[in-house]
Amino acid sequence: MPEALVTLSLRVNGDDVRVAVRPSQTLLEVLRVGLELTGTKQGCDKGDCGACTVLLDGEPVLACLTLAVTCEGRVVQTVESLTREDPLVDAFDCHGAGQCGFCTPGMLMTAKGLLAKHGRPSRETIKQAISGNLCRCTGYGPIVEAIAAAGEGRRGKKDEEPLPAPLPSWEAPKP
Amino acid sequence: MSGLIGKAGRRGDLVQRALGSTRFTDDLHLPRMLHGKTLRCPHPHARIARVDASKALAMPGVAAVITGKDLPERFGIIPWTPDEHPLALEIARFVGDGVAAVAAADERTAAKACEAIEVVYEVLPSAVELDTAITKPEIGLGAKRQDNVSKAVDLAFGDVDAELAASEVVLEGDFHFEGTAHVPIEPHCAIAQVDAAGLLTVWSTTQVPHYLHRELSRVLRLSPARIRVIQPPLGGAFGGKSEPFGHEFTAAKLAMITGRPVKFLMTREEEFYLHRGRHPMRLSFKVGARADGTLTGIDARTQIDGGAYSSFGLVTTYYSGQLLTLPTTAKSYRFSSTRYFTNKPPCGPKRGHGSVQPRFAFEVMLDRLAERLKLDPIELRRRNAVAADSKTINGMRVTSNGNLECLAKVEAASGWKERRGKLGFGRGLGVASSAYISGTNYPIYPNEMAQSAVQLKVDRSGVVTVFNGASELGQGTDMLLATIVADELGLPLDCVRVVSADTDLCPVDLGAYSSRGTFMNGNACLAAARQVKAKLIAAVAAKLEVPEDAVFVTRGALCVKGREGDAVPVDEAIKLAEARFGALGAVGSYKTPPKLGGEYRGGTIGASPAYSFSAHVAEVQVDVETGVVDVVNVWCAHDCGKALLPTQVIGQLDGSVYMGVAEAIFEEHLISPSGLHRGPNLLDYRIPTSLDVPAIHSMIVESMDPEGPLGAKEAGEGPLHSSIPAVANAIYDAVGIRLSRLPFSPGRVLEALQQRGRG
Repeated sequence: MPEALVTLSLRVNGDDVRVAVRPSQTLLEVLRVGLELTGTKQGCDKGDCGACTVLLDGEPVLACLTLAVTCEGRVVQTVESLTREDPLVDAFDCHGAGQCGFCTPGMLMTAKGLLAKHGRPSRETIKQAISGNLCRCTGYGPIVEAIAAAGEGRRGKKDEEPLPAPLPSWEAPKP
Repeated sequence: MSGLIGKAGRRGDLVQRALGSTRFTDDLHLPRMLHGKTLRCPHPHARIARVDASKALAMPGVAAVITGKDLPERFGIIPWTPDEHPLALEIARFVGDGVAAVAAADERTAAKACEAIEVVYEVLPSAVELDTAITKPEIGLGAKRQDNVSKAVDLAFGDVDAELAASEVVLEGDFHFEGTAHVPIEPHCAIAQVDAAGLLTVWSTTQVPHYLHRELSRVLRLSPARIRVIQPPLGGAFGGKSEPFGHEFTAAKLAMITGRPVKFLMTREEEFYLHRGRHPMRLSFKVGARADGTLTGIDARTQIDGGAYSSFGLVTTYYSGQLLTLPTTAKSYRFSSTRYFTNKPPCGPKRGHGSVQPRFAFEVMLDRLAERLKLDPIELRRRNAVAADSKTINGMRVTSNGNLECLAKVEAASGWKERRGKLGFGRGLGVASSAYISGTNYPIYPNEMAQSAVQLKVDRSGVVTVFNGASELGQGTDMLLATIVADELGLPLDCVRVVSADTDLCPVDLGAYSSRGTFMNGNACLAAARQVKAKLIAAVAAKLEVPEDAVFVTRGALCVKGREGDAVPVDEAIKLAEARFGALGAVGSYKTPPKLGGEYRGGTIGASPAYSFSAHVAEVQVDVETGVVDVVNVWCAHDCGKALLPTQVIGQLDGSVYMGVAEAIFEEHLISPSGLHRGPNLLDYRIPTSLDVPAIHSMIVESMDPEGPLGAKEAGEGPLHSSIPAVANAIYDAVGIRLSRLPFSPGRVLEALQQRGRG
């Protein structure tokens, strides 16, 4: 018997959305497939890797272990809500705090949740906070440094290097 | 040169990946797409007597089911040893071998349909353990079914027996490594689609789109002209995506049958069964030396557990010996390596293919020799170092060589002289050094064509597009090529776009393996960029009526020596050049110099246009109560020729050390006697978290390779090798135990400590 669909209302990245879900569906599936927010990654689908971390009412949660129906009326924030001007994102870029980038969205959301609670977390606190987010490329050092820099309001060790310019306004030359 | 090369700075391309605008393979969703699942064999070795899919086919939502008979052609990455079927044809050779595949409306339906397929197996005698494969040849897993041997290599250079007999000291040692997995965070995924004109397109998480293209053509019996392979950016690979996999063929076949796109996404459990991880090896080493520390002979015997299929096994078997003659050498060398088939998930190449395990054994032997000879282990390595611009004992040409500088750097940075042996019981320092290839001169299938090619298309808007076949895995090839082009042409980095790894759009590259990317792609790209640059210079010279050699490129403009006021912006220069020469573009390619390597069978395997060098010092704290080894610091110096993108190079060094230390102290890919994986998930097969990693101190050494692009060599695999033996030697310095079996888990450490106490 196919499961009956349930209508779910939640706030995702500032938008109120209504989406039909099956009771057995995870928040990860609804985000990635239903809402096409593919920035949240599926690494293990078992709660072991942290790649699917999103903020639920401001708290980092594993979307693969969260049933979508438990999110009724709640506020979800995914990596799509961040921009490159975000000091945390910028610090990741400046520090080389990611290589393949597959764990990075989850890592960023965990870090967002941490920085919202502790303005200036110590490196030990950062290591504890991201210990559920597995990275296979970096050895974690640059990630810890990037989060620390963002917490201290520094952009990164390359503060002198400007942020890439946003698309400038441009006028076509007169023929 | 306009100043972009060699600058530490932004990663550059991370933002798109970080914020979700990069589309990884599983992020692609095509209209009417079906989802595939594979039914896998539950026995380590079985004959497939009967498959009945009628119940599965009758389920609502199921579009098609295929079995081995639908794809009878064999495939394999090495053209001499194609021994895999997309789905087992008659015999399944390991728990996890594919038997049937389903395409259905969604993943759950496909998984349920797999359960509804009835298979009758006749269980066959199996060799799950390496010992069984060695002692029971009658199981017949080998090509001729007479034994279980996959490949045997015996090579000798110089008179090892005579040299050892005349040595003051000869030490023997046995070593054991049980295998590890790559564990990229992105699982394998493939999507196939056939369009109305009959073109098959396959998007896949592959490091080798070109070889996948060839194998798809062979297995599907479809002209390569009717196949397009696209490799989206990868979420890590580490060698685990460097050969064709069954699901790439089953996705294609099911798309051809159903006329709808089909996606296969591997579960984390399936990842551990697809495997292709680092080979388990048992190594027996004998090394001799004179009293002055001169190494006289190395005699290595290695048994390799290959798992169920050949994979890259032929190369692995050679690499287990061929890559040990650098950076430290002896007067004579002999190795005998045999790879056996077992009924386990197939092994393949993992970062530092075939050479990480023997490097562990050899570097520990050197540490023991140094102790016996009362020599500093770094000094022992110095005395036996291979020189720059020389030839190794097995005939490999060495050009640039930063080995001694690497050793000096880690010696100084770690406080080696002041601290080693003086840190008190429980804490110690250990050293190791190693070398690795920057690609090999031998393409996987013999041919005289380019190994890598890059095409540039120059647009009037001032944008240059780089079409290249290389595979971006996160290691940074796209940014590397963009930077080379931007630097040569004086363009801003964001005016260079890179389109990579699409067989319809991009010229060939053989793949992201053997650490060949920077060297081969980089050279191809530089050759193309310099052709465009010559045209820009010619056009500007003609316009300004100056000789061409007076024009040079700076950031943003072409200038004339002595007439800086006459600068022509690069986008203007592009227009001038297009008006003068017609549409602007260029193709550059790279092929290794001929005749690299030794003049004997197998002498080209391991021959590289350039070798990278690494040295590591590890500092450990051993808890003698619990046996826990805490790797506190690792100093890693690596000679990458020239660091074109220092942030990326440091990232490769950090990542290599991280991965090597994990293999030293806790990762172990264990298969139970029944053929089942001991823990095919990330909780049981634990990879390091942020709380488990040492402080990594990565240092770049630049030897400026004469043939590398702007002097560069590899950095992605070499710096892993020395991590493991450096930790092993540090444990000895800390508590006086020699551990011969990896990983150095608490139980093994305690056992060794107790034996030492008794002894």
